[in-house]
Amino acid sequence: MNGAQVGFFILAGLLIVSSLWVVFQRNVVHSAMALVAALFLVAILFLTLNAPMVGVLQILVYAGAIMVLFLFVIMFLNPIGLEQRRRLWWGFGALAGLLLAGALVPVLTNGDAPRDPVVATELFGGPEELARSLFTDFVLPFEIASILLLVAIVGAVVLAKREP
Amino acid sequence: MDASLIPLLPGAQVLLTALVVMLLDLFIDEHERGLLAWISLLGLALCGAEAILLWGSSEGTFGDTLLLDNFALFFTQIFIAVAALTVLSSMRYVRETGIHEGEFYSLILFATTGMIVMAAANDLMVFFLGLETMSVAVYVLTGMWRSSARSSEAAMKYFLMGAFATGFLLYGIALIYGATGSTNLNQISAYLLEPQGQWPPYLFVGGLLLLVGFGFKVGAVPFHFWIPDVYEGAPTPVTGFMAVAVKAAAFAAWARILMHELSPLDSDWALPLRVLAIATMTIGNLLAISQPSVKRMLAYSSIAHAGYLLIGIVAGEEWGSTSLLFYLATYAPATFGAFAVITLLTEQDKPKEDYGHFAGLGFKRPFVAMAMSLFMLSLAGFPPLAGFTGKFHIFRSAIIAGHTDLAIIGVLNSLLSVIYYLRVIVMMYMNEGGVKGKSFIESPYLYTAVGLAAAATIYLGVLPMRTLEWSRSAFSSLF
Amino acid sequence: MQAYLDQLIQGGAFAGMPREVVYAIGMLLAAFIVLSAFVAPLAGVTSWLERRVWARMQSRVGPNRVGPQGILQWLADGIKNLLKEDIIPTAADKKLFSLAPYIVFMGFLCAFVVIPFGGHLIVADLNIGILYILAVTSLVVVGILMAGWASNNKWSLLGGMRSAAQIISYEIPAGVSVLMIVFLAGTLSMQGIIKGQGWAPWDWYLFHNPFTFAGFFLYFTAALAEGNRTPFDIPEAESELVAGYVTEYSGMRFLFFFFAEWGNLYVIGAVATTLFLGGWQVPPLAIFENSPMLLAVAQFVTFFLKAYLWVFVAMWIRATLPRVRVDQLMSLCWKYMVPLSFICLLGTVAFMFVPADGQRITSAAMFGLGVAITIIFFLRVGFQIRQAKPELYFKPHI
Repeated sequence: MNGAQVGFFILAGLLIVSSLWVVFQRNVVHSAMALVAALFLVAILFLTLNAPMVGVLQILVYAGAIMVLFLFVIMFLNPIGLEQRRRLWWGFGALAGLLLAGALVPVLTNGDAPRDPVVATELFGGPEELARSLFTDFVLPFEIASILLLVAIVGAVVLAKREP
Repeated sequence: MDASLIPLLPGAQVLLTALVVMLLDLFIDEHERGLLAWISLLGLALCGAEAILLWGSSEGTFGDTLLLDNFALFFTQIFIAVAALTVLSSMRYVRETGIHEGEFYSLILFATTGMIVMAAANDLMVFFLGLETMSVAVYVLTGMWRSSARSSEAAMKYFLMGAFATGFLLYGIALIYGATGSTNLNQISAYLLEPQGQWPPYLFVGGLLLLVGFGFKVGAVPFHFWIPDVYEGAPTPVTGFMAVAVKAAAFAAWARILMHELSPLDSDWALPLRVLAIATMTIGNLLAISQPSVKRMLAYSSIAHAGYLLIGIVAGEEWGSTSLLFYLATYAPATFGAFAVITLLTEQDKPKEDYGHFAGLGFKRPFVAMAMSLFMLSLAGFPPLAGFTGKFHIFRSAIIAGHTDLAIIGVLNSLLSVIYYLRVIVMMYMNEGGVKGKSFIESPYLYTAVGLAAAATIYLGVLPMRTLEWSRSAFSSLF
Repeated sequence: MQAYLDQLIQGGAFAGMPREVVYAIGMLLAAFIVLSAFVAPLAGVTSWLERRVWARMQSRVGPNRVGPQGILQWLADGIKNLLKEDIIPTAADKKLFSLAPYIVFMGFLCAFVVIPFGGHLIVADLNIGILYILAVTSLVVVGILMAGWASNNKWSLLGGMRSAAQIISYEIPAGVSVLMIVFLAGTLSMQGIIKGQGWAPWDWYLFHNPFTFAGFFLYFTAALAEGNRTPFDIPEAESELVAGYVTEYSGMRFLFFFFAEWGNLYVIGAVATTLFLGGWQVPPLAIFENSPMLLAVAQFVTFFLKAYLWVFVAMWIRATLPRVRVDQLMSLCWKYMVPLSFICLLGTVAFMFVPADGQRITSAAMFGLGVAITIIFFLRVGFQIRQAKPELYFKPHI
């Protein structure tokens, strides 16, 4: 086990802990904060994978913008007290989660490595490489994504517009 | 990299129309908004013309991430037809229910763009973005009737469920990418066809998650819970759009991804698909019987039809796929027409969709009742209507492929479905009471839409050969 | 810095460790050194200077007792706050309440990692430098919301939410203004952006074209709003919200918030200098050629003064302008600044098609315009000070 792996396992462990925290916290704001932490740790994972651009965008978009809106809405609604646990749903959800984990763990652990994995180069996650692939190989998805965002904006405005 | 723009033409045409409608909406007066509907129709007609002219072409673009072949064009035609019918049938409806017209039409067109992209996508990423464009537009369309609480509830439910399904789908795509090293379907297919087997196990998990995501989108049975509430709450023209076009788009992508490119995995998901098909048919039909509202009944019936369509996917091969495409074409007019008739019955922005509201319709509004009877009989599968030919081919394909048991279960289910379809007809012709004479919502355009749907239902039942030929050539263009 | 770490990675101490992890650790270490040796005195002196500047502008005296001219006032304040009792309200959410100041502080401190004080005086010249600054400063919002919520006090909550809404909104014009410069420089690295400019004012991106000229003011205004500075300090509007999200804080935690605020002021100035004002570029004089030490000092002083000028301007604004209302704040951002910043962005892109000699003419013209504006401005101020008569109000064109 080399340094990189140690780093990975520390990060991954923290990530799992904070993700569990998201689920098991009964206080909504604490959950949201744990989610911020989890997203931040994912960003650091990207950094260790030679993809600083993606990592920073992760912080900027998720931890910086989306989670702030999350918190904003939570605070607007100002939930009083803690979330009540509904045993039936918890049982059902836990069962489904365990089933999924049971299906995923064996297949994810004893798999061979992919035959030709993508090799990360020095420039792999840098802005130049990212921009090049966005504007060459993935230019069509990139453009369609802009339509998607336009639709989402139009939709949000329509649904939130004050009725005359 | 080749970047021919021709394959983008149909989608771009609809997108352009959507943008024109959206922007024009800002500059014209309240009472001139009807113009927007006509612009939408014009754009759709142009797109239809382009699709006809391009028929027979087979061209990939942007590194084969988008393919313009007969398969894509066939579905494009279906989407355009349904979108045009939706626009026609909602011209008065949106005005009376206080839905913002400009946004309504542009969202319909945006959703259609997403569908066209989905049907033409040859890359999991492009497919996913098309799917999301469609889904987001339809979530919003569902909730656009702001003064109706049911509509808002339906939008919320649809959004949450849809986001959940999207999560599954995306995770599945990520795992498949991890296993095969590409999101392009050609390359995935090439990877799977390589002789030295031993695929990484998470490829199967990816496929399974993909299956779950698709199951959600088409409303197959363990994942169908959102359908009745959402279909019931959405504005009725939108429900028709959802029940037909959205479902067709999901099946289009499903057919392209699972049946063609991932076909080496066929043996692995034959069993889950069979279970899915049987459960979807049976449970959809059983639950449809006990519904008090016709709109809800139609929602369950659309679940049941998803089950019949799944038979086509299980049967696979040439016959299964051809009949799948053909079935979608026959299912479209009848289902859309039925929802259009429910739109017709709306009165003082109060939906009239219980069985009781259909009582005596046969005497008060004989033409509407006759059209409704046609749609019901077609959905039930009576000859010589469209539903019959569709079902005939799909069950035949099951028998040819050696799934006789599936065909038998399908036929039994069709018999079961006669109960609730006939109940509507019985209500219309053998009961008194019901709604009054004319409703405010009726307009010549809505009647046109109903008439067109009825004509298509008869046409596809009596003269199916041409459409069947189209669906066969659409299917064979996949190879 | 990076080269030194690379050496360590190859040389043995960190052999085999992934590069980015070593960089991260190195950056953190360097940040702590920078913190104690540079940022703390900087923020402290800024706090003292701010009070003195206001006092002078408002015809008062200000703190002048501790040390010469009161310059050690910040040390006294720091010690006082350290010795004060740290009160956590009973009803507060204790974990989040104690955590919030550190997150705010960390968010601003991380920005110092990529600020280029000189040609080689930078902790890490990341290839995503400016984006990194935008990202880490956006973490501050999380801390502020946390503080507002955890205090369990309506003033704090309102202050926190106002602040979050404000920062999220003003991030857009700020980000678009930054994007203009990124387009011109063709890189996200802070050093790369500075190297794209020259020492002479007409080589700065500020005067590159009319759109960047406007973009600078957009950036500065938006950055002031992001830093919760007057006239955009509604999150801590004393007249409405006591002290906003810091209402319940005391002692050291309270100090941390203000530490971050004053430090952030310098970050704003430094980023503005880097993007628009040529950074550390100094004229290529003969004496610099032989002595790199002297060059480094000159670069540092140049950068520091340019950046501090904008800190001073921010103080000036705070001393003179009244606070805006919440709705004014939002409409200013969304209805005016966001569209304007997009226009500027498109204009800059269009300008990139102008041939190089055309650009030089524009630069010179813009520089002339800038000088003219400055001269008129100072004439007015001088007139006001000398005459102090109401004439200006009647003849605002003077």
